[in-house]
Amino acid sequence: MSTPMGFGRMHRKEDARFIRGRGNYVDDVNLPGMLHGAILRSPHAHARIVSVDTSAALAHPKVRAVITGETLAGLNLAWMPTLSADTQAVLATDKVRFQGQEVAFVVAEDRYSARDALELIDVEYEALDSVIDAKKSLDEDAPLIRDDHEGRADNKIFDWEAGDRAATDALFERAEVTVAQDMLYPRVHPAPLETCGAVADFDKVTGKLTVWCPTQAPHAHRTLYALVAGLPEHKIRVISPDIGGGFGNKVGIYPGYVCAIVGSIVTGKPVKWMEDRSENLMSTSFARDYHMRGEVAATRDGKIQAIRVKVLADHGAFNGTAQPTKFPAGFFGVFTGSYDLQAAHCEVTGVYTNKAPGGVAYACSFRITEAVYLVERMIDVLALELGVDAAELRMKNLLRSEQFPYTSPTGWEYDSGDYQKTLQLAMDMAGYDALRREQAEKRERGELMGIGLSFFTEAVGAGPRKHMDILGLGMADGAELRVHPTGKAVLRVSCQSQGQGHETTFAQIVAAELGISPDDVDVVHGDTDQTPFGLGTYGSRSTPVSGAAAAMVSRKVRERARQVASAMLEASPEDLEWTVSESGGSWTVSGTGVGKTIQEIALAAHSNLELPDGVEGHLDATCVYNPPNLTYPFGAYICVVDVDPGTGQVKVRRFIAVDDCGVRINPMIVEGQVHGGLADGVGMALMQLMAFDEDGNHLGASFMDYLLPTAMECPSWELGETVTPSPHHPIGAKGVGESATVGSPPAVVNAVLDALRPYGVRHADMPLTPAAVWRAIQGNPIRTDLAIT
Amino acid sequence: MRVSVTVNGENFVRDVEPRLLLVHFLRDELRLTGTHWGCDTSNCGVCVVQLDGVPVKSCTVLTVMADGHEVTTVEGLEKDGELDPVQEGFVQCHGLQCGFCTPGMLMTARWLLDRNPDPDEGEIREAISGQLCRCTGYENIVRSVRWAAEKEASV
Repeated sequence: MSTPMGFGRMHRKEDARFIRGRGNYVDDVNLPGMLHGAILRSPHAHARIVSVDTSAALAHPKVRAVITGETLAGLNLAWMPTLSADTQAVLATDKVRFQGQEVAFVVAEDRYSARDALELIDVEYEALDSVIDAKKSLDEDAPLIRDDHEGRADNKIFDWEAGDRAATDALFERAEVTVAQDMLYPRVHPAPLETCGAVADFDKVTGKLTVWCPTQAPHAHRTLYALVAGLPEHKIRVISPDIGGGFGNKVGIYPGYVCAIVGSIVTGKPVKWMEDRSENLMSTSFARDYHMRGEVAATRDGKIQAIRVKVLADHGAFNGTAQPTKFPAGFFGVFTGSYDLQAAHCEVTGVYTNKAPGGVAYACSFRITEAVYLVERMIDVLALELGVDAAELRMKNLLRSEQFPYTSPTGWEYDSGDYQKTLQLAMDMAGYDALRREQAEKRERGELMGIGLSFFTEAVGAGPRKHMDILGLGMADGAELRVHPTGKAVLRVSCQSQGQGHETTFAQIVAAELGISPDDVDVVHGDTDQTPFGLGTYGSRSTPVSGAAAAMVSRKVRERARQVASAMLEASPEDLEWTVSESGGSWTVSGTGVGKTIQEIALAAHSNLELPDGVEGHLDATCVYNPPNLTYPFGAYICVVDVDPGTGQVKVRRFIAVDDCGVRINPMIVEGQVHGGLADGVGMALMQLMAFDEDGNHLGASFMDYLLPTAMECPSWELGETVTPSPHHPIGAKGVGESATVGSPPAVVNAVLDALRPYGVRHADMPLTPAAVWRAIQGNPIRTDLAIT
Repeated sequence: MRVSVTVNGENFVRDVEPRLLLVHFLRDELRLTGTHWGCDTSNCGVCVVQLDGVPVKSCTVLTVMADGHEVTTVEGLEKDGELDPVQEGFVQCHGLQCGFCTPGMLMTARWLLDRNPDPDEGEIREAISGQLCRCTGYENIVRSVRWAAEKEASV
């Protein structure tokens, strides 16, 4: 594979270090004199703390410090703000509110001694009744979880609605056909293979705090540390090294990070804190936990008119969801999906429960996973009611290409789409009609085969500053481009890769704009002292926002180069045209073929060439990109499963995915991201179970219990693509990092339920484990979020 | 306890606690951080190294169990500046994204090809079935191992 001048398949620059074991992840950071921290966690879901005795731990010969909630309260650090403007306990002072909550922090000379000392801390608890079932959280006799909030009487966090209730209700009243279905998108965890952790190093002499931490949003972390700890922001440096997977798990600030910082300030030494797998699963950001009721109104011949949704959202003990301020339910408002309908309305109620905080943390594009799951399940429920084919029903109701740009009934402005073409391609690749014939034959023989579809539209790349901020920080991102005298370039960006390959694709963006090789562009990211401000990588926003910034800053450089070239060529800038040939980019005098390459211009820009008044030397430039709109990638997915009626075991036989994410910068990387998201879909639909028992014990707190898909559960993915560029993005690209995670779960679930049609099963909740499928076949479905009874 | 362990051909003698896990010995004592730690329960496989040529999960091996034995880690794959074909295969076929599972996958892939130079897709999937990858959906890992097999067959 040769290196393209700009876009195209290209091997990743990052790989050279990773295949040699030379990555630098946070646990690889090792500083002289570094101490190790460990966290004592609550065994209870809800309990009052009576006393914390740390004397025995402090007497351990290798322990250097023990920090408790009381210690932090003395520093005014016992509580910290969450990304949803709530507060979260760093170390508990009054009560513990979920199992696994942070209670004390030990700093010791090595990691084993720190863990040993945890057992020497004596905490006396007074157990309280807990709220585990979100559906009981608003009962009159429900225990009050957040009694730290003055004047609070119940566990409700918010009520939020979108759409036109009256118009929607009116359509439902007149509708020829209505269907309704309750469904749960259960609590799941992104479980990146690298857990969370931090190394904090506070230098008492300079007052500088350096924090190595696998954060997807290093600049936001820096600002929050300044606000939380009261440290001056220019004295804080956040370094996000290589990240072993993020998927949203590494957006927020966790108590352990703050503890490591306090530990370093207290001991005067660098402190490393790494959580273990159970800690990661029990205490860091989960995702979903949406109890939804969907309703669809349609005509008898299958034209969808309206959708109505009610959601009960379980946010856990602290409201720590990460999403733009004005969107407490994230972007769930795009629940009308890819369909042409007249009216829609949704209501979301967020509640506290005695579970870990989070909710937006698993490649979900701010709750679009839940929205897509809801609408795609409802389409299948409607198809069943009407007795029509699910693909035919989708084709009939999908938005048509001439409707774009399209404003949805809930106010989202879809930028571009050509949906029928994409669905048709997926059906052709699958051999849809042949599959249906095969299914009919198998049903005759009593074999269970299912074909499931989903069609998703995402809204990604948050976002326009006037609508979107996180804790007051507008969601625009900066980029800085330096071009050295020899024409080699360094791009500095605010977003941070967790495996997405930014060092490669962002170099390709600059390369395409400047007509140089991507090998001549280095990308710097993940260090707040080295990069411009921006909100980071999540919600599929890197390419839509930072990618656009990279293109725009390159164009600024190109314009500066035009001024310099004009002086070099003694021609007016207006008479120059930009050309890119196989040998690279040049400013050329129109119609003459006489020009200067970008490398020649770069050298001249740094030389003693006389420049016209007002033209600065050098070519470096900076920019801030404020996206005018979100980008709307979409896709059509088809899943084929076989189900064993005796055991309920589901085998995913085929999975066809056609994605349209606009212009693809590096198709190899796009396909890789889609592959990963499809595996997530199989995992969530069939395996990943994070349930709780009645006492709030976490039943999925290790990889023995929280099952992730292996190579054995995943089929060989079959990918296709269509390309509908985004009209407002500088290079026509749309986000894609989360598309497959968003789009694939309903395809798998629809396939399993399609297989179970002979049993009259209309719906069963994820994960469709053998037990869940078998119980559905028996007509006795289980509630997957609570202990199986 | 005193242990003598050969790692990537080099002998190391150290005094270690009997409970010290091999993964921590490699990472913290020898500073060979290519081997990762991920789960504690032998499920994820990011800690896979070869012990006397056989893949083991080094989070579930005590350092003292490696006394007198030979350990090979990802750092030992490249020889005299030449990448192992499995390393090349992962680059060629985009078999990695975040890179965290990669060292373990490479060590298992090397073992597989040593035993079975021409594995089919199913055999590759089975070989790596004790290891997790959260980024690639396994597709390109399978292709990477096949690429390496073909490269080795062609020389």
